[in-house]
Amino acid sequence: MNDIGIDKQKQTFYVVGKRRDGVDEKAKAAGNIIYADDFSMAGMLHAKVFRSTKASAKIKSLDTSAAKNLPGVVSVITAEDIPNNRSVTSTVGQVADIGLVGAVQQFVLAEDRVRFYGEPIALIAAEDLDTAEEALKLIEIEYEELPGVFDPEEAMKDGAPSVHEGSNVVAHWELRRGDVDKAFEEADVVVENAYQTQFHEHAHIEPESGVAWIDDESMVNLRVATQVIEQYREIAHILGIPESKVRIRGTLIGGGFGGKEDLTVEPYIALLSWKIGRPVKLTYEREEMMFGRHKRHPYKMYYKHGATKDGKLVAMEARLISDSGAYVYLSSWVLLYSTVHSTGPYYIPNIKVDSYSVSTNNIYTSAFRGFGAMQMTVAYESQMDILAEKLKMDPAELRARNYLNRGDENGTGQRIESEVLLPKTYEAALKALGDRTEPKAPYIKVGRGIANSWQSYGRMCYLHDTSSAWVGMEMDGSAVVRCGIPDLGGGQRESLRQITAELTGVPLENIHVISTDSQVTPLAGTVTATRALLMSGSATKLAAEAIRYDLLQKASEMLEEKPENIDLYNGEAFVRGNKEKKIPLAKVVRAIKGEGNPLEALKTFHAPGAEPVRKALLKGQIFPDFTFGSQAVEVEVNTLTGKVNVTKMVGAFDVGKAINPKRVEGQIEGGMTQGLGYALMEEFVEDKGIPMTTNLTTYIIPTSKDIPDIQSIIMESNSGKGPFGAKGIGEVTIAATAPAVLNAIYDAVGVWIKRIPTTPEVVFRHLKEFQEKA
Amino acid sequence: MKEITVQINDERITGLVKSSTTLLQFLRDKGFTEVKKGCGEGECGACTVLLNGKAVTSCLVLAVQADGSEVVTVKKKDDQLLETLKEAFVKHEALQCGFCTPGIIMTARWLLSENPKPNREEIRDALSGNLCRCTGYLKIIDAIEYVTRAER
Repeated sequence: MNDIGIDKQKQTFYVVGKRRDGVDEKAKAAGNIIYADDFSMAGMLHAKVFRSTKASAKIKSLDTSAAKNLPGVVSVITAEDIPNNRSVTSTVGQVADIGLVGAVQQFVLAEDRVRFYGEPIALIAAEDLDTAEEALKLIEIEYEELPGVFDPEEAMKDGAPSVHEGSNVVAHWELRRGDVDKAFEEADVVVENAYQTQFHEHAHIEPESGVAWIDDESMVNLRVATQVIEQYREIAHILGIPESKVRIRGTLIGGGFGGKEDLTVEPYIALLSWKIGRPVKLTYEREEMMFGRHKRHPYKMYYKHGATKDGKLVAMEARLISDSGAYVYLSSWVLLYSTVHSTGPYYIPNIKVDSYSVSTNNIYTSAFRGFGAMQMTVAYESQMDILAEKLKMDPAELRARNYLNRGDENGTGQRIESEVLLPKTYEAALKALGDRTEPKAPYIKVGRGIANSWQSYGRMCYLHDTSSAWVGMEMDGSAVVRCGIPDLGGGQRESLRQITAELTGVPLENIHVISTDSQVTPLAGTVTATRALLMSGSATKLAAEAIRYDLLQKASEMLEEKPENIDLYNGEAFVRGNKEKKIPLAKVVRAIKGEGNPLEALKTFHAPGAEPVRKALLKGQIFPDFTFGSQAVEVEVNTLTGKVNVTKMVGAFDVGKAINPKRVEGQIEGGMTQGLGYALMEEFVEDKGIPMTTNLTTYIIPTSKDIPDIQSIIMESNSGKGPFGAKGIGEVTIAATAPAVLNAIYDAVGVWIKRIPTTPEVVFRHLKEFQEKA
Repeated sequence: MKEITVQINDERITGLVKSSTTLLQFLRDKGFTEVKKGCGEGECGACTVLLNGKAVTSCLVLAVQADGSEVVTVKKKDDQLLETLKEAFVKHEALQCGFCTPGIIMTARWLLSENPKPNREEIRDALSGNLCRCTGYLKIIDAIEYVTRAER
């Protein structure tokens, strides 16, 4: 391909970067998609999970005989029936050995004790759902309550109850640069504050769901809504069978946001089906999704910044403590993300960060869009505004004096290799707010806030991440793409279709993308970590480029024109600037295949790699690259009730290259809406480990009435590491909303609130304290 | 168990149901899986269908209550307004994962049959019982507003 130079040869974009209608979107609007729970099989059984109603207890006795004897119940499984009851989900996806953090194991089903309310203890399979539910009530269990610990800082103290064995601290990371003590002494201004965030629920509308069956070749098959089809390895491990004997077919996912990254129903349906030999379906109830599934980590963040009087940051010190809940899952890696992102997108010469993730008897915590970087934004962007106020400086100016630039090293010493357009995104977001709204009443105060965020895209370099894709042409000029990447709803699959259409000239409608099947599609890794476009998009681009090369060579012969002058679009090969000189793609394909070239390509894309982590001190290249952006909001604060109403929202992001601007806007609008819920209303509440918010009436997420018309501003630096210079946009959009709201509340009423969510009660209390002080 | 008959889209469907069976469960059991269950308690709106022309969350309707009624789901054929809505949702990218979409389109279908020219605030009001976790609603409101213009 080098003699043509595919990237240079491609001069015009016909599909990439255009607002094209998606093929999957049509099927979704028509109601045609068969989501996980929509699929059934003959003879299928229905499963239920029996769960703990204690946060910390010993299981003294467990009697399932009455449940087993209920007519219609086919099987009841407890921990002792499981070949390997310890599952290792510290490293979901592709690679196992990544260094420092020992794999902390969770149980498929609780053995002799439970560590959180909702912990799975037994599985039931019955002929119908009603019977399975009835059988749940017949399981007899006797607990002996054990002391629990529900606050991570309490859990760090000597003498605190151990959630597992020994220390409750499950992970610790460090950032070090320069000499912070000396720098703080020399700083003109120092601001020091503590911030706190809450448990945050994904609240995807589709519940976790799947069907498992054993086929005629004794294969364990799962059809499941998952962000990680590579979980087949985990299932094989639990069942004690070869990995080649488990196949996961992912479905189009009804929302995930990290909620379908760790194992969900897979081990339960696999175990039941494996034991019974019949298909088994399990779909969670909303209540179960609330108290039985992981949340975003609450953080306590102690931050100290020092600056010169002209607004140059000289030092930052932070202590970060996350609540890992009862089982570790991805807490260590979430904490690593927090630590790396804790500085914000600023150059700070002296840095000292210590972070800890701590076990408690609360709900377990793991992946959620923003993955540990999001919580940090609340702290560092509040700090910037507080510091600016102390310096009597415009917050825009303070930030402008400290942005990371391309070529700078971040806190781990990783050089920023792409553009940092923050000065532009910040300015654009501010400008888009327009004129300040007049307050509607004397008791309404209007304020504005802006915040930045940065977020890595692509997994940690230690993982040596890879993604593979296959592209092949059909005789009639249509094309097939095979790529393992699951589609989370963000249009991951559509992007592959667009990239293939752009490079092969096949119309979008004539490209079929087969995705998310662990034994049919080349493995492409997880749909997590804002990696899908970077990884599977790049792999598909490599494969489609190989096809393009062959098509151009043959079209060159057939059209008697140099390949560099030929382009492919809409089912035709044609000479640029000469519309008459063209040939149908199908003819070119037939000519090539006739010579024994099957016109198919399998390619693998490799992310940048790095040595495994061997020390708590994080150094060097941790991530492939970062995305940067800014958010601005205008709020009305009702000083009588404490209610905060967001009247304007703007998001401005450098996405590198927008493969489909409509979908990029969707990520911006959707991410900011979740961010607004996080800022204003969402909190999963537990009282000593007992869940209090177990439905969507008590756990409030934004509705159409809570969100103003969001303005999305897309910038394209073309400097990303993804296809055509794209960066990733999936996660970065969620983070800066909360600090923008906090900064806006301060602008409106002069009160710094350092915890979220800023519910009316919280705001009202802060206002009252402020008035009493004044 | 009681035998009920419901006109669902273009078919007359008869079935035996328990007194506790919801309309949602009945619809899904009969293969109308385009009607989604997101919560089972009337909070999310994913199971919205038209029952005798009115938008309802089918998880809060008992199947026996729907005996002799007419139910319309997103898959109803030859409904011009539904087709226009579906096209508008695709054009405006008014969906991401698509799971809440069949319910939202039915709410929109009901809104436009009650009020052919709603303003944005009225669209927001009508949608307030349908949760979407992906889009942030803006493009959904845009799509519905576009249909009111296209219909003009």
